Amino acid sequence: MKILFPFFAVIALVLLVFAGVNMAGMYFLFGIVIPYAALVVFLIGVLYRVMKWGSSPVPFHIPTTCGQQKSLPWIKQNKIENPSGSLGVIVRMALEVLVFRSLFRNLKTELKDGKVVYGLEKWLWMAGLAFHWSFLIILVRHLRFFAENVPPVIKLIESLDSFLQVGVPLFYITDAVILVAVTYLFFRRVYIPQIKYISLAADHFPLFLILGIAISGVLMRYFFKVHIVGVKQLAMGLVSFKPSIPEGIGVLFYIHMFLISVLFAYFPFSKLMHMGGVFMSPTRNLANNSREVRHINPWNYPVHVHTYEEYENDFRDKMKKAGLPVEKE
Amino acid sequence: MILKNLLSEKRAAILERWFEMVLDSYPVDTSSFLKQQKNQFANPVGAAISQGINGIFEELLSGKDSDTISTFLDNIIRVRAVQDFTPSQAVAFIFHLKKVIREELEKEISENQLSDELFAIEARIDKMAMLSFDIYVKCREKIYDIKANELRNMTFRLLQRANLICELSEPEQALIDSKNLNVKRKEVTK
Amino acid sequence: MAKLEKPEELIKIDYTPHKKDWMDTPVEFKEGMYCWGAKGKDLKILDFPNARDWSPKEEDWKLPENWKDTILEAMADRLSKYRSFRLFMDICVRCGACADKCHFFIGGGDPKNMPVLRAELMRSVYRKYHTTGGKIFGKTAGARELTLDVLKEWWYYFYQCTECRRCSVFCPYGIDTAEITMMGREFMNLLGLNTGWISGPVANCYMKGNHLGLEPHAIMNSIEGMIDDIETITGIRINPSFNRKGAEILFVTPSGDLFADPGTFTCMGYLMLFHELGIDYTWSTYASEGGNFGFFTSNETAKRLNSKIYAEAKRLGVKWIIGGECGHMWRVLSQYMDTWNGPADFLEVPKSPITGTVFDNAKSMKMVHVAEFTADLIKHGKIKLNPGRNDNLKVTYHDSCNTARGMGLLEEPRYIINNVCNHFYEMPDNTIREQTFCCGSGTGLNASENMDLRMRGGLPRANAVKHVRDQHGVNMLANICAIDRATLSASMDYWVPGVKVTGVHELVANALIMKGEKDRETDLRGEPLPGKEGKE
Repeated sequence: MKILFPFFAVIALVLLVFAGVNMAGMYFLFGIVIPYAALVVFLIGVLYRVMKWGSSPVPFHIPTTCGQQKSLPWIKQNKIENPSGSLGVIVRMALEVLVFRSLFRNLKTELKDGKVVYGLEKWLWMAGLAFHWSFLIILVRHLRFFAENVPPVIKLIESLDSFLQVGVPLFYITDAVILVAVTYLFFRRVYIPQIKYISLAADHFPLFLILGIAISGVLMRYFFKVHIVGVKQLAMGLVSFKPSIPEGIGVLFYIHMFLISVLFAYFPFSKLMHMGGVFMSPTRNLANNSREVRHINPWNYPVHVHTYEEYENDFRDKMKKAGLPVEKE
Repeated sequence: MILKNLLSEKRAAILERWFEMVLDSYPVDTSSFLKQQKNQFANPVGAAISQGINGIFEELLSGKDSDTISTFLDNIIRVRAVQDFTPSQAVAFIFHLKKVIREELEKEISENQLSDELFAIEARIDKMAMLSFDIYVKCREKIYDIKANELRNMTFRLLQRANLICELSEPEQALIDSKNLNVKRKEVTK
Repeated sequence: MAKLEKPEELIKIDYTPHKKDWMDTPVEFKEGMYCWGAKGKDLKILDFPNARDWSPKEEDWKLPENWKDTILEAMADRLSKYRSFRLFMDICVRCGACADKCHFFIGGGDPKNMPVLRAELMRSVYRKYHTTGGKIFGKTAGARELTLDVLKEWWYYFYQCTECRRCSVFCPYGIDTAEITMMGREFMNLLGLNTGWISGPVANCYMKGNHLGLEPHAIMNSIEGMIDDIETITGIRINPSFNRKGAEILFVTPSGDLFADPGTFTCMGYLMLFHELGIDYTWSTYASEGGNFGFFTSNETAKRLNSKIYAEAKRLGVKWIIGGECGHMWRVLSQYMDTWNGPADFLEVPKSPITGTVFDNAKSMKMVHVAEFTADLIKHGKIKLNPGRNDNLKVTYHDSCNTARGMGLLEEPRYIINNVCNHFYEMPDNTIREQTFCCGSGTGLNASENMDLRMRGGLPRANAVKHVRDQHGVNMLANICAIDRATLSASMDYWVPGVKVTGVHELVANALIMKGEKDRETDLRGEPLPGKEGKE
């Protein structure tokens, strides 16, 4: 159920657009209305979620320290893993976001019986990194569709991505990487019993969706060509708010675009929000300086305490007998 | 002694199957972790079992009765004694070895008429099983010892302090204090 | 007679495991795995709701009629008060990086001890009541109703987490299970569902100033006993002061050190060191607890107990505070105290009266860890040490979870140990510093009735100790935590017999050459010093 439900959900989505475009000819709906709607849902949704997180204060200063603190001047502080200032925090966050520092900690190679043994964890880090980076690069590459003149940065990325110079059209490395990485991330959820045990339908759905997007994209580029000029025309129309539907783009493109729209619309409601969340995580984005600078809790409220006076009242006789000084005789 | 040679030859296969069988007594999501995580510090349970069965097998082949066998059995049983196992489940792993040997060497045993030797080996395994039971009980006794000690340490200190008060203060105060002791003992929970 | 099963069948009983979804596997209360319920009288002292005697083992938990609303309201409230809570409910991708990082999972193998699943126990309920997907799709979206069974499961597993934060080191988003466990416990305390082992010390600490419930004269008595011992060993009579106004420094340490071995030896260490330095300091019988079992209860309780430290510092008019060796005490002090009960503007920025070092890193909260204080002394050569007196010891060092991951106090104690001992050996890398393993008994789980749980949780740490024992002959496990001193002793006794447990300042005191001391024959434990054996 956890796997089949999301799998068939994605299949159903594909069939839906196939039927809608090919049989009912709803080009306007799938080419213009849904992409716009998805984008609106995405933007408003993400904004809403981030604001919702932001609306809850950070009452306490709770960084997870992963190195030596700043204390005595002659003890070397680990300024990145246990930052005491903003710069350290920025570097720590950058390492976290760009190279998945914490996940990397899992990577523990071990010499056993003279052989180097790797745990499965290493693969998680690598697959995670490969997946997220290819996704980003592919996303950036796609910007060429939304600009009249393709910016040099994008051209550079494209040429780096296709440096193997194989095939016509040129083969992009990230296309293969993302397929392999997503497939791996899926299979580990099925094959590693611990991970299988904790996985939810909500973990499989985005994987299937992204797999669908990647497959439809690869099919379009390398196998069943779509009318590329038409695609660009449609994209430019969308981005300039003068949408139009060029003739004969091909249903594969609509499938691709629809799945992306679903991903965008689904994004704010799902765990995919971890992308934004990582920046707000109080165990990572705070400097370990709570002894140096007082952290303010906006809802700090007075509490009942057992005062010294009450304590002395309880024990005055015993205290006097023991020779302890008292406030009241 | 043919059987022993055969056992040495098949050592790797036997140990591997035995290890799998022991780990199959854990929940499936746990046993995969125990099998896969190779770092002995990240996975002490897997390491204890793996080192333990290796050692036990060596001892079995050596044919000598030595104290080291207890150490190896202890490695495994000490862990299982505090996990979710009944006493029989905790020590059952030792019997698995019989099954593994019979299955791995089925053909060789019938071809070479080794039933006498097999009987001797199995008798030794039975002996280990009995030893295992002793070790299991010792482990559980230790747990109760530790529990009792923790409580005794607390009350001992209290008693000591109460006595101290007796020496320093007048007799009637001491009487009150010792009456308070019962109350205090209950209050002191850490 | 029952049919005898084959061993391999026998062993599998109860373990045809988890073919079912975890949500369909109801919690089973196993002996030795949980603590006894709170006593009504203890709960009453702090006005906890639903104060009554209860037992987790019984079917009826004597809950109020509207218990479910109470929890759901509290959940909504805390979601709006804690970004950590809201965020950690939302962003987990269940990658599994944390799964095998918990000492309870490693040592016991219960899948609900995987940090991700422990958090899912809470998340599933959050989804049901706070997310669109959970409301519509229910179980398919990983959501479930809050039922009595769920509540019991929470209780069982949130009291099987020591809030050690090891998982949070490995999480790519820094999700900290401690935050979730703290919420779980906070909710359950609204229904009077605490453990006796936590609520007892909390009540004691509130009324009497310390977890043990030692009254003022008993504290003095206890320390007097130590002073007698110190005199016997060193020939020096120490005369500390209590509740003395106008002292420069207030000293606060966990009360466990006043009471049970081997913590008492650490306490003797403080007494000897401070005497030798001649610093102007005082103990307090009112703020006689550094630790804070309130922290394992609820935020409010923790704050109520913690308030005494600053209040007493103010009343006595001291300039700053030194805190003793303790784990969770220092997490509370360094990450919570100033926020709760500060600003401590009536105190001065701590400055060592001996070396003149200004502790800028504690400029606002005004409290210095005794290890920082002592490391500074040693660096400036202000105390005379004879590490040879610890030559009978081969020492390894256990980082407490809280000082390692909630503070980063890693090098100071190592520097001290290296100066007071000649034989120091580190445990393997992935078991120390920020990756240190919990003793298995933190967050008020150090009762006796849950000994099986404690031993399981203690295995990963003990296993690393065993390694250095076998490799280097290590016979002493040093640490800077009162709970460690108490619980690692038990854990060592079971897993690594022959290894004893000590606080760092016990080692300091053994090595400390005091002015006018006699030729010492024994260490603080009354055992002959190296070279003095057989001279009884």
